[in-house]
Amino acid sequence: METSTLTLSVIVGGFIGLASGYLGSLMVLRKMALVGDALTHVALPGLAIGLLFGFNPFFGAFSALLLAIVLIWLIENRTKLSTETLVGIFFATSLSIGLLITPEPELLEALFGDISKTVLSEAIMASILSIVAIMAVHKIYNSLVLGTMSNDLASSVGIRTKKIDFIFLLIVALIVALGIKIVGSLLMGSLVIIPAAAAKNLARNLSSYAGLSALFGLASAIGGIYLSSLLNFSPGPIVVLSSAAIFFISLIFKKS
Amino acid sequence: MFEEHKKGIMDKILEVKDLAVSFDYFNVFQNVSFDLHRGEVMAIVGPNGSGKTVLFRALLKLIRSQGTINWSKGTKIGYVPQKLFVDSQFPVSVGDFFRFKTKSEEAITEALNSVGMTGDFDHLKHHLLNKKMGTLSGGQLQRVLIAWSIINKPDILLFDEPTSGIDIGGEETIYNLLHKLQTSSHLAIILISHDLNIVYKYADTVLCLNKEAICYGPPHEVLNTANLSQLYGGETKFYEHKHGN
Repeated sequence: METSTLTLSVIVGGFIGLASGYLGSLMVLRKMALVGDALTHVALPGLAIGLLFGFNPFFGAFSALLLAIVLIWLIENRTKLSTETLVGIFFATSLSIGLLITPEPELLEALFGDISKTVLSEAIMASILSIVAIMAVHKIYNSLVLGTMSNDLASSVGIRTKKIDFIFLLIVALIVALGIKIVGSLLMGSLVIIPAAAAKNLARNLSSYAGLSALFGLASAIGGIYLSSLLNFSPGPIVVLSSAAIFFISLIFKKS
Repeated sequence: MFEEHKKGIMDKILEVKDLAVSFDYFNVFQNVSFDLHRGEVMAIVGPNGSGKTVLFRALLKLIRSQGTINWSKGTKIGYVPQKLFVDSQFPVSVGDFFRFKTKSEEAITEALNSVGMTGDFDHLKHHLLNKKMGTLSGGQLQRVLIAWSIINKPDILLFDEPTSGIDIGGEETIYNLLHKLQTSSHLAIILISHDLNIVYKYADTVLCLNKEAICYGPPHEVLNTANLSQLYGGETKFYEHKHGN
């Protein structure tokens, strides 16, 4: 990677990693690790449609995620169907469709990401959207955590839990669509989940948990992108392996 | 008769008339009517699955119901849920939990002191506020939840008693504490209870709920064998403990 491209990748990757780690801390608290992972696969058909029709794949991925998330939210609120089963079926289906319709040359990039191909305009957009996402997560953080501890208790103090859940899912869609650029649709689940899992091992309270999770997301993204450029590997898997390394280190310091 | 001589002069803060809740054509309960006045303690008793917690959720307007629920204007409600969904690894400390509601150290200290967790803020911080919510004992959690719910000085507390997790000694103190709060701040309390002795000792009125209101009135009058066997089924008898008050 050229130095200027590398710098650009590190900056964008850093913003997205920070946002993913911060958001991931909420997903782990809500026990959404598996749903979140499956959800990221939905981005693939959207991405493919973007590639096929020549518009920015980010918008394709974001639209597909948005559609999926609205459906999950409706299913959760309107029916008594098991979300987990539906998520499993729905997402395996969309991954299969995505695999079939993604043009062959771009398939690897769609699945595993490649931030080294980022251009300046994309970098600016991704950084701004990451900052917006971080601010939005910050705004709903406490309400969502209280709602996770007891939905009734949160509602009893006037928190509109359904609305907050929906906003949360929208932010998930945004960050997943952004993160696919770095780690791809197969590995994006890990970029939101692993930093938070590591932070949970070390945190004494909510602010240290959220802070560490965001920091670990940032460190995995920046470290992984640097390392991949040194070793001449694809950045996606190295970013995920960096966060896994942080997780294993955190296990050593975990208080029982 | 009871209504007239005991509560005639007190302010009514809640009026419930012909309340019914159903989920997907399944009736959870129906025909529930009662009034609640300032400073009054009402207990709700009934077997598991009789709709007690659902009644609370209806009163808090968290679910749809038929009939009338009239809170008097400006009534502030404090709610103490049966449990929280936290485990010992859940990264929320007691201090975090309070900060969801107030940033004021003074208000946190005052609320905790009034539930019997004494000391100044620094002491509380060291011994309680830095602990994770999921590591508290059943009794500690109950106190923390009550303290949390009274922070903004509610007019009424809805207290959903946990079915397990608190030893008898601890439970007795929680009710002493609620009683103290009720008298000192003229707080009305509706409590879901599984222990008829507690109901006898602390409640002004009791509502027996099992799909509908089986009885309603002062415990001494309505907790008789006929009502109890209708409420719990079979030959349940209640032996009243005398506490000398």
